This record gives sequence, structure tokens and C-alpha cells, in this order.
Amino acid sequence: MTTPLVQMKNISIAFGGVHAVDNVSLDLYPGEVVGLLGHNGAGKSTLIKILSGAYKADSGEIWINGKKVDIQSPRDARANSIETIYQTLALADNLDAASNLFLGRELTTPFGFVDDSRQEAETRKIMARLNPNFKKLKEPVSALSGGQRQSVAIARAVYFKARILIMDEPTAALGVHETKMVADLITELKKQGLGIFLISHDTREMMDLCDRVSVMKNGQVVGTERVEDVTEDDILSMIILGKNPKAAA
Amino acid sequence: MSDQTESTPVPAQKRSLFKQLELDTRLLGMIGAFFVICLVFNFWTDGRFLTPRNIFNLTIQTVSVAIMATGMVFVIVTRHIDLSVGALLATCTAVMGMLQTRWLPNMMGIEIGSPLIPWITIGLGLLTGAVIGGMQGWLVGYRGIPAFIVTLGGLLVWRNVGWYLTSGQTIGPLDDTYILFGGITGTLGWFWSWVIGIAAAVAAAVGLWSGRRTKVRHGFPVKPAWAEMVVIAITIGAILGFVAVLNAYELPERVVARDFAAYGCVQAEGCTVAYGIPYSVLLLIFVAVVMTVIATRTRLGRYIFATGGNPDAASLSGINTRFLTVKIFAIVGVLCALGGVVASARLGYHTNDIGTLDELRVIAAAVIGGTALSGGIGTIYGAIFGALIMQSLQSGMAMVGVDAPYQNIVVGAVLVFAVWVDIEYRKRTGAK
Repeated sequence: MTTPLVQMKNISIAFGGVHAVDNVSLDLYPGEVVGLLGHNGAGKSTLIKILSGAYKADSGEIWINGKKVDIQSPRDARANSIETIYQTLALADNLDAASNLFLGRELTTPFGFVDDSRQEAETRKIMARLNPNFKKLKEPVSALSGGQRQSVAIARAVYFKARILIMDEPTAALGVHETKMVADLITELKKQGLGIFLISHDTREMMDLCDRVSVMKNGQVVGTERVEDVTEDDILSMIILGKNPKAAA
Repeated sequence: MSDQTESTPVPAQKRSLFKQLELDTRLLGMIGAFFVICLVFNFWTDGRFLTPRNIFNLTIQTVSVAIMATGMVFVIVTRHIDLSVGALLATCTAVMGMLQTRWLPNMMGIEIGSPLIPWITIGLGLLTGAVIGGMQGWLVGYRGIPAFIVTLGGLLVWRNVGWYLTSGQTIGPLDDTYILFGGITGTLGWFWSWVIGIAAAVAAAVGLWSGRRTKVRHGFPVKPAWAEMVVIAITIGAILGFVAVLNAYELPERVVARDFAAYGCVQAEGCTVAYGIPYSVLLLIFVAVVMTVIATRTRLGRYIFATGGNPDAASLSGINTRFLTVKIFAIVGVLCALGGVVASARLGYHTNDIGTLDELRVIAAAVIGGTALSGGIGTIYGAIFGALIMQSLQSGMAMVGVDAPYQNIVVGAVLVFAVWVDIEYRKRTGAK
């Protein structure tokens, strides 16, 4: 059996008295897509924010490639090849696509200045691959459509060769065509051996894209199942009732 | 500022030619507004406003506020505010005044007039500004106290720390070398003004052209060559024109005649000496270049603008936004000290009320210059133009003889009007 890419062991975090994530363990293998499902406030986003370094867990361990790591900040997560596409996309609206793509990891000239020309050239290259219709390189990203903004956020993850990709509702704000583009991209990245955590409310989409799904409720994992072993109804009842019908059977 | 070119209908062909120049219309608007102000006052004062002498004075009066305004751009871009700049300036000049007249001579045994005095003074003054600014930044960034409150407190604290340090006395006379930074006595003279002016013109031309070549190398679209040449020609013309004006302002004949040998003349008759570029203006240009490079070419600047645009995105991208806040306020502190050098050197003394209300002039300059209080948007050159516009309004009205209360009423109204025009301009052009 291969080593899991990510193992999150007994992760807990509380805000005030609320246990947002309560003793959750999850793992992710290379070339696998694991879906996280659950109501709003079930703890999905909080859990992945711990992995991406935005929050620090109160207890629990994170292992990457069989080694225990200490993720204190988004910088640490990036150092472990973890890239995150946030629901809000986390783009600085006033900057152009290239500045956003390289934010926090600017390309510099030998004198230490930001190399805007090289950044723009690299952005052109990656955009030609991800979204050939993308032309507005000079505009601030506030002037872009939802899909174009999404491609900037995705390009950021792809460009820096993520091994572990976290996608928080990547298709929530997208049209049909753009949703299809994201789905194709997930399939392609999966083939390249990336491990992907996918958060979504769309159970049908999750059944199509994921290898396994984990359902969370009230900060705890209700169950983790391979998609071929469950029906959409099983998943829905896990989300709503907080009980795993298969475990009960 | 208002877009002057919008109001005049331009034939279609001409308009597209104009567009090919790819000029910053906001900058053009500001320059236009500045020219309108100048022409109105020039007409009103029977031509006294646009004389080399008045332009020279206007320039040196603007420097102190303009230097601080460049720092205020960073503060406002990151959605903060600094109300303490005038008070911080006063503390810095109090420290520098006391250093050069009391502390260094009395405690360190460095004689008054020693060539070490001005430089030690300025060095320690800048350090004072950096430490105080950094401390305020720490309270904002790490302790989470709103910048408005920290610097409002700072306004009271530093104004009166300055008072305490000097026991409320006027400190002076200041060191002769130090005073050169004030303007009137410290100028480059005819020859070196032209040397610097021509060097700057060449540098600007080379810079613009090599920027174009970099774009071509990466296969990016560029404007047509003729348009590039027009922009270069205008830039060179502006630089050399500015030098020519400052060189046209000559020392009073009687001052020269008193000591003509010192100015390299054989006889008093026909001996003319030009002021040229003041050192303080050189200092402002240096600050402007450094701050523009920081804003546009360094990671620090990129992070400042990213944090202003979306603080969450910035910190999720691994930017340490807390330490960034400390750095920004420390930069403003240093610039307050520099502004203080110029302001106190121009007066020749440190006075108790130096820099009073400067915080409002500085904020107004940055805002008139297009810095958005909602964060993420602002330019260094805009803030400097803003300072120049404010100063020309103020001194123009003083020349015309407008009563003091009307002056402030007009300046206040112009501030609000300018921001309104800016908002409309952004709506119209779709820029954010």
C-alpha cells in the first residue's frame, strides 16, 4: 500500500466554546480526489484551513508523505506543496493577474526588484494552457468575470506545482461551461498524481469527480465512503441525519 | 482630479491619435487643474503668480508636506490613516534642534559649527522618526488598535513631547549646513542645476526607451514609436523647463554686489547669480524616486498594494501583514523627520507650533492625488501633485489678499470637490 500523501490525525479546533472541528482524521492518497460534504458550518472549511495554514489546530497532527509536519502559516503549507483555492478566491482585486499569481512568491531580477515582465510572460504561458480565452492581463482582476478570476486562482495552484490541492467550492460562482472546465482540470491534475481535497454542496458533482467522500456534521466526520459503494441518497442522509446508513446496517 | 480633456469635444481622428499616446488621464487631469489654478491666480495678481521668484517659493514651500505625503500614500493604501504626522514632525525637529544647539555641544563636547553636527543631527532625527513610527505601527499591526486611534493619541503625545523637550522655547539658530536643506540659502546655482537637469532628462529618456524595449523583447504590445517619442519629448521639455525657470530667479543685485568676488565675478556691475534648484527639491525628487521604486518595483510595495486591495488574500498568500504595518508606519516616521529637516531649516528655527495641521495637509495632498481611502489605490507622483495643488491654492490666495478664513474655506471645499470628481472619474472610466 502506498504512503498517504496527507494524513490528518485527530484534528481539533475550537473557537470560544464551539468545537468547529472535533477529533477529525482524514487521509488523501496521490492521484485521489476526496470530497468533503456537509451543511454550512459543519466544519469543512475550517478543517481545510488548518491544512492550508490559515488556522492552527488546537490538537492533532498532520503528516505529509509519511512525515510529521508543523504547519504554522500559509507559508509553511506552501513549503509542503499544499496549494489552496479558496471559496473567496483570495485575490487582491486591485492588482493584475500576474501580480496575483505570484503574490508572496514574486519573481525577482538579480537586483531584487520584482520582475514584472517575466511574471507577465509566465502568466501568459500558463493562461494559454488553462484558459486560452484569457486576454485581460493588464487589467486589475476586479475587471474580470467570475470564471476568469477562478482561472487566476487555479493558475496560482498549478503554476507552483502543487502536490496537494485544496479546492473550496471551486464551481460555486461559475457558469455551466466554466464548471465543465474546472471538472476537466481536476481530472487532468488527478492523472498527474496530485491529491485533491474538494469541498462542494453539489452531491451529484461530487459523485462524478471524487474517489471518496467524507461527510461532516457538527465538526465531526459522519463517515468516509468510496463513491462506488454509496448512492447519492446515502450521502444525503449522512449530511442531513448525521448517521452513516452503511455503518448502521 | 477632473479630466480636463473630457470636456472639450475632439474630432474622432485626433482622439484616437491622442489615445495612442497612452497617457495617464488622471495625471493629465491633475496637471490641467494645476495649470488652471496657476493661470487664474496669475491673471488675478497681474502676472505676479507665474514669476520665477514665486514658482521658486511655491516649490520650496511644497517640499515638506510633499515628502510626508508620499509616505501617507502607503498608509492610506493599506486602509490605515496617520493623524500624527504633524506632531511627529514637531518631535523630530525638537530632537534635531536640541541635538545641534544643546545636546551635542554640551554633552558630547562637539563644538557648534563642527561639520559633524548636521549629519549626526539628521541621522538621529531620522532614527527618532523611524522608532516612533515603528512603535505606532506595532500598536496598529500587532495589538490591533485602529490606526485612527493610535495616531490620534500620537497627535497629542508627540506634539507635546516636542514641547516638553524644548520647554516650549524656540530653538535656534540652527547649524549653517543644516539650514541649506531649507531652500533659499541652499541651491545648486546655474551650472549644476543645468547639469542635474540635463542628466535627469537623459535618464528619463533612456528609462522610457529601455522600458519599451523590455516590452518588445517579451512580445508585449507597445504604443507606436512616434507616440513614445512625443512622450519622451514632453518629459524632457518639462524637466528642462523647470530648471530654466528656477535658473531665471536671480539673487537680488544688491546682495550680489555686496560680495561679488564670492560669486566669481570680477566686478559688481552686471554680475548676476541664479538660484537654481534648491537642495530641498532635490531631496523631494530623491524621495519621490525611491518611494516610487518601492511602490512599483519591490516586493514590499507589491505587498502594500495587495494588502490594501484584499487584506485576507494577502495574509493567505503568506504575507506578514502585521510586520508590514510596522514597516509602513516606520517609513512615514522617517519621512516626517525628513520633512522636519526641510521645514525647520526653511524657518531657521525649531518652533513650538511647527507642523501644526500638517497631518491634514498631508492627508489632503494624498487624497487629492488620487489615493483612495478604501485602500489599494494610490500613486506617489499623485500625492506630490496634490501637495503642489494645495500649496499653490493657499499661497495664491495669500498673494491675492484673500482673508484667512476664506482661504481655509476654499481649501476645504476644494478637497471635497476633488474627491467627488475623482469618484465620478472612476465611475466613468470603469476603473476601480
